[in-house]
Amino acid sequence: MSKKLKKKIVKKATKKVAKKATKSVSKKVAKKSNTKKVAKKAGLKVVKKSVVESKSKVNDFVIRFANVNGTGSASANFLFTKAIFRMGIPVTPKNIFPSNIQGLPTWYEVRVSEKGYLGRREGIDLMVAVNPQSMLSDVNAVKKGGYFLYDSSKTLHSQYIRNDINYIGIPLMQMCNEAYTDARQRQLFKNIVYVGALIALLDIEFSVFEGLLAEQFKGKEKLIPSNVKALQLGIDYVKANFKYPLDIRVERRNLVKDWILMEGNAACGLGAVYAGATFAAWYPITPSTSVVEGFSEFAAEFRTDKVTGKKNVAIVQAEDELAAIGMAIGANWNGARSFTATSGPGLSLMNEFLGLAYFAEIPVVLVDVQRTGPSTGMPTRTQQSDVLEAAYASHGDTKHVLIFPSTPKECFEMTADSFDLAEELQTPVIIMTDLDLGMNDHMSPPLNWDDKREYKRGKVLDAEMLEKIEKFGRYLDVDKDGITYRTIPGTHPSKGSFFTRGTSRDEYAVYTEDSGSYQRNMDRLIRKWNTAKKMVPAPHVYQKSNQSENGILFFGTSEYAAEEAMDILKEQGKPVDAIRIKSFPFSKAVEDFINSHKRIFVIEQNRDAQMRSLLMIELGINPSKLISVLNYNGLPITADNILGQIAKNLSGSKKLKKA
Amino acid sequence: MSYVRPTFRHPELPKNKLGYTIDYYEGSLSTLCAGCGHDSISAAVIQGCYEMNIEPHRLAKLSGIGCSSKTPAYFLSNSHGFNSVHGRMPSVATGANMANRDLIYFGVSGDGDTASIGMGQFVHVIRRNLNMVYIVMNNGCYGLTKGQDSATADEGSKNKTGQVNLFESIDLASLAIELGATFVAQSFSGDKTQLVPLIKAAMKHPGFAFINVISPCVTFNNNVGSTKSYDYVREHVEATATVDFVPQMQEISVEYGKGSHKHVKMHDGSLIELHKLAEDWNPLDRQSAMNAVLNAKAKNEILTGLLYVDPDSRDLHHLLQTNDKPLNSLTKDVLCPGSEALKGINAGLR
Repeated sequence: MSKKLKKKIVKKATKKVAKKATKSVSKKVAKKSNTKKVAKKAGLKVVKKSVVESKSKVNDFVIRFANVNGTGSASANFLFTKAIFRMGIPVTPKNIFPSNIQGLPTWYEVRVSEKGYLGRREGIDLMVAVNPQSMLSDVNAVKKGGYFLYDSSKTLHSQYIRNDINYIGIPLMQMCNEAYTDARQRQLFKNIVYVGALIALLDIEFSVFEGLLAEQFKGKEKLIPSNVKALQLGIDYVKANFKYPLDIRVERRNLVKDWILMEGNAACGLGAVYAGATFAAWYPITPSTSVVEGFSEFAAEFRTDKVTGKKNVAIVQAEDELAAIGMAIGANWNGARSFTATSGPGLSLMNEFLGLAYFAEIPVVLVDVQRTGPSTGMPTRTQQSDVLEAAYASHGDTKHVLIFPSTPKECFEMTADSFDLAEELQTPVIIMTDLDLGMNDHMSPPLNWDDKREYKRGKVLDAEMLEKIEKFGRYLDVDKDGITYRTIPGTHPSKGSFFTRGTSRDEYAVYTEDSGSYQRNMDRLIRKWNTAKKMVPAPHVYQKSNQSENGILFFGTSEYAAEEAMDILKEQGKPVDAIRIKSFPFSKAVEDFINSHKRIFVIEQNRDAQMRSLLMIELGINPSKLISVLNYNGLPITADNILGQIAKNLSGSKKLKKA
Repeated sequence: MSYVRPTFRHPELPKNKLGYTIDYYEGSLSTLCAGCGHDSISAAVIQGCYEMNIEPHRLAKLSGIGCSSKTPAYFLSNSHGFNSVHGRMPSVATGANMANRDLIYFGVSGDGDTASIGMGQFVHVIRRNLNMVYIVMNNGCYGLTKGQDSATADEGSKNKTGQVNLFESIDLASLAIELGATFVAQSFSGDKTQLVPLIKAAMKHPGFAFINVISPCVTFNNNVGSTKSYDYVREHVEATATVDFVPQMQEISVEYGKGSHKHVKMHDGSLIELHKLAEDWNPLDRQSAMNAVLNAKAKNEILTGLLYVDPDSRDLHHLLQTNDKPLNSLTKDVLCPGSEALKGINAGLR
C-alpha cells in the first residue's frame, strides 16, 4: 500500500463535500474535495493544520469506536482488532456496552501497545464516532491533538467542534447508500467502510484483511467481494481526501508470537470440557452467560459420540440460579463433575446452596463473572466486588475456596484445576473472574494441556475399597487432614450408603444435635480449610528478593494495569515489589510478602476494599499497613489511576493514610 | 412414638426374588409423631420396593425440608439419601439424575416444601419430565413449625387453633396434570392397598411420576373442621379405580372382573391395570383426567388412584440425547479432547 503523503489532512467535511466525494467513489475515482471552502460556507471554523504536531506514535495509541448497539459494529470492530493482532502488535480491546439489544450507545476501545501493555488506558487518540446519540461526549473524550472520524453525510453541528482536535469526515451513509441497495447491507457496510478508512489512516496491511475475510466467510465465499468492496471504499476515500497515514499508525512487529486472542468466558467453558465436566446447569445472566454457552459449543464438538450421535454431556438451563447450583450439587453428589456459572445477583441467590455444599461437603465448581453491584448495578460493566460475598457465602460459619484468574490461559487452566480442587476438598470452589476478563478478547499465552494429567477425583471409595472397610464413616477424619472419604450412590449393595444432609450429624452421618459432635465437625472443617491452603494455586511473587519497602498486591484483571504501573514506577526510580494473589485461602507466601514490607498497596476494583478486608480478617494484618488503591467506576482499572493513587500516598507527607 | 424398635423378626419372613426379606428395606426409627400419616407412606414405600425387588443401593432418596422430608431416613437404609434445602429437592434430583440415569430417584416432599417455597422447582421438574418418583406427603399444614396453614389447606378449613383458612388452596394433582406431568396419582396415607401399587408403577414410569398423598397431621391438623383430618378424608375419598401393577417379569395372570377395566402398558412391558369406577374417565386422556379431578373437587371429594398417565413418556435424558451409559461412569479418555485438539483451538484464536 502506498504511503505517499499526497493529501492534506482535512479537518472537516460537510454534506456537500460528502456528496461530491461519494459520487467520485461511485465512479471508482476518489477526487480531492475542497473541504475548507465548504466548511467555511457551512459556518464552521476550519482548523488549518494539525493542532498538535505530535511526534509519530507508532504502535502506541487508543482508538475508540462509538456505535449504536445492534448495528453489526461488533464484528467489524473485532476485524480491526484482529488485523492489528495479525500484524504482530500487542492489542487489547474492551467492550463498553449497554444492557440493551438494540439502539443504545455502545463503545469498543482498542489499545495498541508496542510495549505490550494490555490494560485499559484513558485518553482517546482516535474516535470513530458513528453514533449521533453519544457524539458530544465522544468529541469531548478525544485527547488534545487526537482525531475524530465521523460520518459526514450530514453536516457536523457546531457543538461538536473543538479547535484542539483533528476532524476526519467520511460520508459513510451516503457512500453505502450509493454502493448497496439492500437496507441491511447499507447499515452493516458502514462499519466495514470505516474499517477500510482506518486501513489507510493507520497504515494497516490490506493483505491481513483479505486473510481474515477468507477465514470468516469460509464456505460463504460469495460474501467476500462485497466486504472487500466496502473496505476499498473507505481506503479510496481516505486516499483521495486526506493526508495519510496519520502520525498514529501501526508497523508490523513480531511481538505477539504464539499468543492467542480469546475471551475468558470461553476459556472457562473449555477448561470445564477438558476437566471432564459432564453436567452444567445455569441461568442466563450477563456477563456470565457465555461461560456455559462456550462450554456448550465446545461440548457439541468434543462430546458427541461419533457413532451414536449421543452426547457425553448434559446441559440444563435452569429456572433460576437456586436451581442451577442445586442441580450442579446434585450431579457432583452423584459422581459427575459438574458446574454452574453466574454473576452478582445469581451469587446472592446461590448462597443457601453454597452453605449446604460447604457443610454437607459436596464438590461444586462455580464461575462467578463479576459485574458492578450492588443489586442489579450496572450489569454490563466490570468490577471485583463479589470477593467478600463469595468468600463467606451463606449463613453460619462458612468459608469458600476462591480462585482468581487473570488471563484466558488461566481461565482455562484454573477452571480445570478447580474441578480437581473441588473434588479433593469436597467443597465449593468459586472461580472469580469479571466482565473485563470474561467478555473481552484478551491476548493470552496459548492454552496448554498435559495429556498425562489425570483427573484427581479425591477420596472416593469404590466397591472394592468398601469391602475392606469394617464400618464406613462418611465424616470420619481417617487421614487427620480434615478431608474424609465419600461414596457415590449405587456403589455397593450393603456398604457405603449414608444420608447427606445440611443438619448436624456425627462422624457416621447420623443426625445429631449433640454439641460435642457438632463442634468436632466444625473444627474438622477448619482443619480441612488449613489443608486447602497448601493445595490452592500459589500467588505470583514478582521478585526473588525484596527491592523496596513498598509492595503492591493485586488479583484478577488488575494485573494488566498493575504491571504497567510497576514498570513506570521503576522508570521513575521508585520501584515497588509486587504480588498477585491467585486464590483464597491465603497461603503463607501472601502472609510473608505482606509482613516483609512496610506498606502494601492493595489494588482492587471495588469501593469497599474487599480484598483488604479479607486480608485483615484472615491474616490479622494491621489495617494501617494496607493502603487501598481502588477503582469502581465500572471500567477496567488503568495504570494512570493506580499511579495517581500511589503517588498521593508516597509523595510529601510520610503519614500513611488509611483506606 | 416409640424410642426402641424391636429387632425380632419372624424367622420365616418371605423373601423376594433378590433374597431380601422386607426388613432389609427398612430405615432408621421414625421420629415423627405417633400416628403420623407420613409413617404409613414410608411403610408403603418399603412394601413397594420389597415387592418390586429393588436393589436399595440402586435407588437414591431425596427430599427437601420439613416433616415429610425427614422420612427418607425411615426407609431404605441401604440407599443413599439426600436431605437438601427447603423446596429445592427437585434441582438436586435433576443433577443427580443427569449424573447417573441408571438409578431410581425417589423424591419426597411436603405441601410447604412443594406448594410454597418449592413451587418454582416443582413446576420446572415436571416440565422437564425428569425420570423420578415425586411423592408429596400432603397434610395442609406446616408441622415442624407447629401447625400454620400451608398453601394446600382448603379454603374454609379450620386448623387446630380454630382459625379458618381464607385462601384458595393449590391443588397439586390438577396443577401437575395441567403442566404436562406424565404420571399423576393421588392417594391417601391410610389406603395402603391403593398406595403400594401406585408407588410400584411410579418407579417403573419412564418420566416424572407424581403422587399426591393426603397424609393427615395427627398433631396439628386432625381436628374437626380440617379437610385433611383422617375422618374427613375417609369420608370424602372417591377412588377412581382399584389399581394393580404387574411388573414385566411376572406372568400376567390377573383375572379381570366383568366391569370395565383398562390396561396401561408401560414401555418396558409392565402393565398397570385399572379397574375403573367412573365410566366417563380415561386415564390416558389428559383432558378427561383434568375434568375428573375438577368435578370431584366441586363435589368436595378427593379423587384417588392413577389419574393420568402417558405411556409414551420421554424423559429428560431422552430429550437431551445423552449417552446410554451413565455420565458419571465416563472416563478421561472419552471426556478430555487432549492436547492435539487444543492445538487446533489455539490456532483458531490467532
